[in-house]
Amino acid sequence: MSELMPVILALTILIGGVAGAAVLTWFERRLLGVWQDRYGPNRLGPFGIGQVAADMIKLLFKDDWVPPFADRLVFIFAPTAIVVAMMMGFAVVPFAPGMMIIDVNIGLLFFLGMTSLAVYSVLLGGLASNNKYALLGGLRSAAQMVSYEVFMGLSLIGVVMMSGSFSLVDIVEAQTDVWFCFSQILGLFVFIIAGIAESHRLPFDLPEAEHELTAGFHTEYGGMKFAMFMLGEYLGLMLISCMIVTLFFGGWHGPILIGDWLPPFFWFSSKVFVVICFFVLLRAAIPRPRYDQLMSLGWKVMLPITLINILVTGAVLLWMEGMA
Amino acid sequence: MLSELRTLWEVLKHTFTKAETVQYPEEMPYLAPRYRGRIVLTRDPDGEERCVACNLCAAVCPVDCIALQKDTREDGTWYPEFFRINFSRCIMCGMCEEACPTYAIQLTPDFEMCEYDRQNMVYEKEHLLINGVGKYPDYNFYRVSGMKTASKDKGEALNEARPIDTKSLLP
Repeated sequence: MSELMPVILALTILIGGVAGAAVLTWFERRLLGVWQDRYGPNRLGPFGIGQVAADMIKLLFKDDWVPPFADRLVFIFAPTAIVVAMMMGFAVVPFAPGMMIIDVNIGLLFFLGMTSLAVYSVLLGGLASNNKYALLGGLRSAAQMVSYEVFMGLSLIGVVMMSGSFSLVDIVEAQTDVWFCFSQILGLFVFIIAGIAESHRLPFDLPEAEHELTAGFHTEYGGMKFAMFMLGEYLGLMLISCMIVTLFFGGWHGPILIGDWLPPFFWFSSKVFVVICFFVLLRAAIPRPRYDQLMSLGWKVMLPITLINILVTGAVLLWMEGMA
Repeated sequence: MLSELRTLWEVLKHTFTKAETVQYPEEMPYLAPRYRGRIVLTRDPDGEERCVACNLCAAVCPVDCIALQKDTREDGTWYPEFFRINFSRCIMCGMCEEACPTYAIQLTPDFEMCEYDRQNMVYEKEHLLINGVGKYPDYNFYRVSGMKTASKDKGEALNEARPIDTKSLLP
């Protein structure tokens, strides 16, 4: 049974991830509607949940067209890469004690590596489309990746230093008493911003930027392949939310004063839900920065903040060691 | 940074405000009486057609969607022999209503006039004419105008002075 557990869980994540991303498209639109004083899709089925099925049917039955001027092989490969990479990222997420596919001692690095791979999808999609808007989108994505990847990793160094491990289970265990969101508030701040940039969510969706680049890197995509990009984006959103909860909000632990009397998975999923709502709120409220603003924010603000965070965390840890 | 946080808070407060949306087919939006929708031709209080076929509406129409032909009744009054509005061209600008000297042509608060067939968008006089006075209940053009008809002579209209005898020296 215990050998079968990861397999069952992997299948559950595969199906649950796809279904979750599909429901998320509807949920996000409804939530945006709430915050923008309108309803969003509310016609099909109870609360408009049937919109998910309608969108799916529409996307799946569209003509699967590849532009004659595109690099055919790469064009078809690109949308799959993002989904595969994001799905792989879920392998190390600890949903509850024992409820994870694999507990590796480099779980955090594995997650960072997989999210970095996902960027290739956007890059290759932009490149293979052979379209100037798509190319510009891919170009922006590359620059965004290079600058935001740097301090996305660095922002987590504080967490790693405090827990003394790259294993996500150990990191969650280290937060039994106090969550890292208090001591690593700077790291949390930087990681959220880098996470948005990494998953191309709205305040930082410059590769897409539908106002300037029509649809950015997926200008030439339609039907199933476009659906794969969207699936990847929503999987990325869920993955980043899972990681924020795992690394900074105590994973499966209940809140400090309330305790752990509810099932761990309940705490984990409800916290992930709140983080996803926060990401939707960011989309509803914050306008997209200009491209050079994004770059200067990354290098001139975010990088110094992470370096200060690492310095201070290291100093405090050494000081406390000396005290003990 | 602070302004971004404030923005987030202001948007979050909208969780508890009601949606502005009017869910149209089930819930009708309020349309003011002066709303510029479907065009009608009205009748005067006596039940006669108000339109005198002066062609001002057709002349002022920026998209040339109005077509009509004048004819004369036996009592000397004018009326349109046919009156045609092509609603697939009409932009509901209301200039015809402003130009009309007899309050005959009026725009109404009704916009639900979609058709599957383009030909059905062309309204003839029998479709346009209503059995009512529209927005001006008391107005009758021939009762106030100085035009001579079978029922009244020059100077017999409402508030109209007798015509000046230009051949007389008396005031």
